[in-house]
Amino acid sequence: MSTLQIRDLHVSVVTEDTPKEILRGVNLTINGGETHAVMGPNGSGKSTLAYSLAGHPKYEITSGEVLLDGEDVLAMSVDERARAGLFLAMQYPVEVPGVSMSNFLRSAATAVRGEAPPIRKWVKEVKGAMTDLEIDPAFAERSVNEGFSGGEKKRHEILQLSLLAPKIAVLDETDSGLDVDALRIVSEGVNRYKAQSAEAGNGVGILLITHYTRILRYIQPDFVHVFAAGKIVESGGPELADELETNGYVRFTGAGASA
Amino acid sequence: MAPTEVSSTEVSAPALDGQYGIAEHSHVGARDLNLDTHSHRIGSRDPQDHLVPLGREEQWRFTPLRRIRGLHDQTPLTGTDFTVTVNAPAGVVAHSVSGDEANALKGASNYLPTDRPSARAWAASDSVFLVDVPANLEVDGLIEITFHGGSVDEAVAAHLVVRLGTHAKAQVSVVYEGSSTLAENVEIVVADGAHLDIASRQSWSADAVHLSHHHVRVGRDAIVRHAALTFGGDLVRIVATVEYDGPGGDAELLGLYIADAGQHLEHRLLMDHGAPNCRSRALYKGALQGQGAHTVWVGDVLIRPTAEGTDTYEMNRNLLLTEGARADSIPNLEIETGEIAGAGHASATGKFDDEQLFYLLSRGIPEAAARRLVVRGFFGEVLARLGIPAVVESTNEIIEGELEISGI
Repeated sequence: MSTLQIRDLHVSVVTEDTPKEILRGVNLTINGGETHAVMGPNGSGKSTLAYSLAGHPKYEITSGEVLLDGEDVLAMSVDERARAGLFLAMQYPVEVPGVSMSNFLRSAATAVRGEAPPIRKWVKEVKGAMTDLEIDPAFAERSVNEGFSGGEKKRHEILQLSLLAPKIAVLDETDSGLDVDALRIVSEGVNRYKAQSAEAGNGVGILLITHYTRILRYIQPDFVHVFAAGKIVESGGPELADELETNGYVRFTGAGASA
Repeated sequence: MAPTEVSSTEVSAPALDGQYGIAEHSHVGARDLNLDTHSHRIGSRDPQDHLVPLGREEQWRFTPLRRIRGLHDQTPLTGTDFTVTVNAPAGVVAHSVSGDEANALKGASNYLPTDRPSARAWAASDSVFLVDVPANLEVDGLIEITFHGGSVDEAVAAHLVVRLGTHAKAQVSVVYEGSSTLAENVEIVVADGAHLDIASRQSWSADAVHLSHHHVRVGRDAIVRHAALTFGGDLVRIVATVEYDGPGGDAELLGLYIADAGQHLEHRLLMDHGAPNCRSRALYKGALQGQGAHTVWVGDVLIRPTAEGTDTYEMNRNLLLTEGARADSIPNLEIETGEIAGAGHASATGKFDDEQLFYLLSRGIPEAAARRLVVRGFFGEVLARLGIPAVVESTNEIIEGELEISGI
């Protein structure tokens, strides 16, 4: 089982004039097998947390540390982080014209696994994973995310999750823009990978970033954290999500503003 | 790919009657082509009918004239240090002809030189290399022609004619390699109902200068796929023009080029639609790497009043792999009839897209491999349309080799 430790993480976004601090001391530990939901209002810095963990160049880490099984994640390049077992399912997956999904998936799997998967086994594996997520096989020959609907993009993010088999998965608003059917398919995909990884003895740690409680009906969190003004302001069990469902974020945004 | 300020786009306004400006004067043995308003192209075999370009002319404003070794002026075109080798399947005539036979072949495509280097090459080439595919023959296998230049010292004039008879079908690969200072005309005649795929690959050594004019005459219901694949040479400038004999003609002009430090690679197109219900497509993609790498793409489409039902689209994309490179990209569309099926163009020049790169990296793909994936994907669209497997394969190898130059 793996552990991701985020300690007093401060992050600024690099803009044209002055750097603006977005994350103001995030502390969070995620153990393998655990699912942590991070919930917060728009603009609270949830997505910045996700991109900072993945290493997006737009964000500058000003202090703090991130350790994956004791290894310094912040010292790694973006691709090294992925190969170390960190995966980010993006809110807005990027279109890469001219690069076929199948070529992309194989390149990624080859990099993450350290060797090219045997072709027959690979084809079967991809086919199975696509079927699980109700993805038409024709998508394999299409350019990465190009012209995909919002739901199709999210399904392909989860397809990558299952094929790249990370130790820690960060799901950044994977539920946004999905209708109920797509939400169910995507959530089942996450749960399937979670169960498979647990069976294999390397239960995945999940950081589920969301604005709404809706997805938590499908993906059961062990811990719920409220995120406001760049840090975690309250942590609890699943019952905290119920409170947010009833009362919204007002209590926390007020607290965040006055803190 | 994110569009940047590096691309330039100029679109000419539809011409008004009486504004061509060249209708009034006459040339002996010449005819006015009445082409786009700001280029003033005149066809004539006589070099004296073409002024020595000074560099400010629309046709020449991007070309560094001091690097073309006087091909545009009066450098003698007497060089003989080159070889042409041919590999042609049975039934295809592929040989060099001279004398009256050569003179009779010149102009087979209706082409008359529209600039001075072209007219000089026309006049100076004693022989014509002819590839002739008889009517109704579907050639099995690739017709391969290799021009190997031995020296840049004495400038060379060349004339190639590729001719397909009615309902013939063939694939032709022309490869230029070695060192040369070459002025050339390539005439491509595709008779009614014939189908030609032709790729011209410029794989010169670093010191070559090559000015070429390709003219394609598309027969009624004929199909032509023409590709310019330009990688080598100090300066390569290819002007490709297309005219249609009758309705139903279909011409697809493809291009793929990679300019390295100091190279000037220029491609100019004219799709001259004079017949109704014809189709034209242009898809040119280029990558640039290194200080002073310069590419120019000018795509002109002219739809004459007689060309009702024309369907045309042209696209140029450039990928700047490093700083210090420059891509000029100018599509021009001139429409003289309201009865068209479709006409459009697109042009964009961009740097490597950082978000695409981040996405690939975030999946564990190392940076060099990620860049290669994107560049291969970028060119893949052109390669997929070439239709000549052997040419696709050799081009892929060249692309891989080129990418190693900038460590991609």
